Amino acid sequence: MSTLFEKIGGEGAVDAAVDIFYRKVLSDDSISHFFETTDMEAQHAKQKAFLTMAFGGPNNYTGADMRAAHAPLVAKGLNESHFNAVAGHLQATLEELNVPADLIAEVMAIAGSTKDDVLGL
Amino acid sequence: MPNITYQGKAYSAEPDETVLETLLRNGVLVPYSCGAGACHTCMLHCQKGDVTERSQKDIKPALKSLNYFLACQCTPESDLEVALPDDEDVYVSARCVEKQQLSPTVWRFRFEIAVPLFYHAGQFVNLKNEAGWLRSYSLSSLPVEDEHLEIQVRRMPEGQMSHWLADDFDVGMHIELEGPNGHCIYTDGEAEKPILMVGTGTGLAPLIGILRDALHQGHSGPIHLYHGARTQDEIYLHDTLNELAQQHSNVHYHACISGDDVGEMKAGRAADVAMSDHSDLKGWRLFLCGAPEMVKTMRKNAFLAGASMPDISADAFTTPEH
Ligand code: HEM
Ligand code: FES
Repeated sequence: MSTLFEKIGGEGAVDAAVDIFYRKVLSDDSISHFFETTDMEAQHAKQKAFLTMAFGGPNNYTGADMRAAHAPLVAKGLNESHFNAVAGHLQATLEELNVPADLIAEVMAIAGSTKDDVLGL
Repeated sequence: MPNITYQGKAYSAEPDETVLETLLRNGVLVPYSCGAGACHTCMLHCQKGDVTERSQKDIKPALKSLNYFLACQCTPESDLEVALPDDEDVYVSARCVEKQQLSPTVWRFRFEIAVPLFYHAGQFVNLKNEAGWLRSYSLSSLPVEDEHLEIQVRRMPEGQMSHWLADDFDVGMHIELEGPNGHCIYTDGEAEKPILMVGTGTGLAPLIGILRDALHQGHSGPIHLYHGARTQDEIYLHDTLNELAQQHSNVHYHACISGDDVGEMKAGRAADVAMSDHSDLKGWRLFLCGAPEMVKTMRKNAFLAGASMPDISADAFTTPEH
């Protein structure tokens, strides 16, 4: 049995998705301010980490790490509507890449499972 | 919390604080500029203890083995004893062989150094004068074609070093030089890829070097260079660039003026003009140099216009000085 990450296409899929996803996020005025930093290259790398994790790929993040990484954003007002917007862009990215619906559902379930940690609930 | 010892005094680091932050918080004035790991002006020598891998990632192997590291990139895990770099490890002496004024505010300096420096056009060096002032300048010379290193300096109202270079530094004098550093360079292997270069002020310096490097390496795709300034007299090397564009059919040079009196030049900010001329940047290679705000906005707009992130290079001085 291959893993979700392998079925989606592994690192190649992350590379294909990251530009599309990050473009969507930056073009969305309701959330772009969270992602605009001077160091866009570093931010781009972090979006790859995000996608790898959501695709069920190898990562070392714990729930506590997710809390810590997003705590400064929660302090700036990160809430459920922002979370849903990001999830929406993730779904749209996968649809654009013609990922089968059952795999998209699995990805969205992983993303959804991080919600409490991301929002610091 | 780890202690940072500097000149015999120990300072306790706060959680998540970098070595640079600990020193500055305690009033220890070590040099620094970008705070982001790019300019290397915060480089220190670690005399005891272990620095983090991240703080040495971008350091030349020879200096790494001597335990040099970037203070702004090091969040210490254990006690450290640190010192300013030893001049003989890090600096070479450079002699000024030419000084020429290119515009009312810009000077060109050419240097000769005793030991050859292996560099790419577009990289930068740090210059240190006798007063200990340290500043980064991009190289506009091309190692294979130019005998001397060339930098271009703009007199900045607040820039101590730029005044000193413009007013007091002259042919025959020496200055300490560290480098080369940086990754804003032409990489071969993609000779047909279209290139977009946008520079403001002396952001033109690295771009000229990179442009000449691309041509030297046989780049055949179109190269568009946009140079921006507020007024016409701040546009320098205009004739040189026009000539280069005449000699090479793939080179297109656009001088852009953001102020009112544009004359024969293009009206508008360089980045805006470039974006309106090229709305689809998919498959393009970009070089952005100059004012931090311009670089930041242009990077985002270029990315949104289809350029892929690894294809966008910017010079190192994209974070404002603190
Ligand atoms: C959908 C679930 C989410 C997951 C699985 C996730 C995952 C991640 C991961 C793995 C990182 C990298 C952490 C690091 O290495 O420092 C990260 C960083 C980041 N995330 Fe998320 N994230 C999620 C939702 C969100 C949302 C809703 C926002 C804001 C609207 C957001 C904004 C950011 C930002 C700005 C960073 C970079 C923080 C920094 O610069 O240190 N994330 N995320
Ligand atoms: S201040 Fe550390 S590299 Fe620029």
